[in-house]
Amino acid sequence: MNEFVETLLEMKWHEPKSSYDVVIIGGGGHGLATAYYLATQHGITNVAVIEANYIGSGNSGRNTTIIRANYGIPESVRFYQHSLELYAGLEDETGCWIMHATKGLLWIAHTETGMRAERARALINTACGAETRVVGPQEIKQICPQIDLTGSGRYPVLGASYHVGAATARHDRVVWAYAQGAMQRGVTVLQHTKVTGLIRDGERVVGVETDRGPISAGIVMSAVGGNVTKIAAHADVRLPVRTHALQAFVTNAYAPGFSGIISDSELSCYVSQTPRGQMLIGAEFEPQPSYSMQSSFNSLASCAKKITSCLPFLRDLRVLRQWTGICDVSADFSPIMGFTGVDGFVISTGWGTWGFKGIPAGGEQMAQLIATGKTPDLIAPFALDRFARDHAMADLGSAGTR
Amino acid sequence: MLWLSCPNCGSRPIEEFGFGGELPTVPDRITDPHERDIDYVWMFDNLEGTSIERWFHQAGCRRWHTVSRNTITDSLDL
Repeated sequence: MNEFVETLLEMKWHEPKSSYDVVIIGGGGHGLATAYYLATQHGITNVAVIEANYIGSGNSGRNTTIIRANYGIPESVRFYQHSLELYAGLEDETGCWIMHATKGLLWIAHTETGMRAERARALINTACGAETRVVGPQEIKQICPQIDLTGSGRYPVLGASYHVGAATARHDRVVWAYAQGAMQRGVTVLQHTKVTGLIRDGERVVGVETDRGPISAGIVMSAVGGNVTKIAAHADVRLPVRTHALQAFVTNAYAPGFSGIISDSELSCYVSQTPRGQMLIGAEFEPQPSYSMQSSFNSLASCAKKITSCLPFLRDLRVLRQWTGICDVSADFSPIMGFTGVDGFVISTGWGTWGFKGIPAGGEQMAQLIATGKTPDLIAPFALDRFARDHAMADLGSAGTR
Repeated sequence: MLWLSCPNCGSRPIEEFGFGGELPTVPDRITDPHERDIDYVWMFDNLEGTSIERWFHQAGCRRWHTVSRNTITDSLDL
């Protein structure tokens, strides 16, 4: 028993009922957060969250746990800043220790073009309520003494944008905190239950088919990750989403300590230190769509080569584990939240490689959408019909990967 | 490492190629021409299984090829 298990309140597991007001497919962060906020903010507790594996077994338990709001378009900055603030208060709200730590994030640029992007990022962040400022090489060295400003001679560091509010939190604990909070208020969480189809009444979605029998629902929400295209296809909803594999790895513990988060969009990698002291390093997603969770040496080698050019101390560490998740990457690199055009079926998808930081705000806003039947202003720009309206929220440069 | 077979250059590592996307298909049930255009431009089949894709050999012969790839195993159907 560790400290957390002892403080973990009881989780109450239920057998499936035949009917719920709300059925949420996908027991990851977004699905459970939606259930939690439905229960806490709207008093809707006749809710089931259906998870094919165990809760948090997908990308919620595989990500690199970075929480930040330094995006490049106003709608995204506002949304993620709200999420960042909800994360900061989550331990008080749920009573669970999620190991939240505000660390600050340096987004490094190696070229004048990169610096221009970082200046623009700092300006738009400041204008939209996120604290980001441009810093020069000397200040970078003060914030992160381990950095090699020459980039091993190959990638000289010209400057960076410093996002002060960036944080990390333990990903599993976020999932458990929401699951526990929701279950205490009467939400049913069904693990190891596969959704095999959607029940339709004419056009309308009125329930889900599972391998434990049909469950009818007033409204069905998909919070599915990489396999979302198949779930949406049951409702004849087409999505601008491709499934890509994303890899990450950790090294053994680095005793001297590494305080901040370093991100580098020109080299497409990012690094932070876990509370256990391990260096957690992530990379860009694979260019071709894939449902394979096979990690590759290729990806490990190319990422290690890039990140060690700026942080040479990493060369002395050993790689402990490497893993892969499959991400639902949207066509414009922004999430898709809201109504689908099919009655009784709402969706939260397109979370690609940036979903963890959006869990609290995504859950809260989707809960509000389900409870009120209206799209909240904060997520209105992220509706699925933005593609048909020609209002894509293109923000590739802020996705952190590619 | 995934290797792609290029008709001009033979078997080459995937890093030499650029992914150009799957051949877009629009479901027959979408009949409105405007809706079909939106689907053609934005929506993906995102198939789990065999996907017919366009790949560009950018570090080789610089020609486009049509490739059949299995997205479950991320390997080529040859």
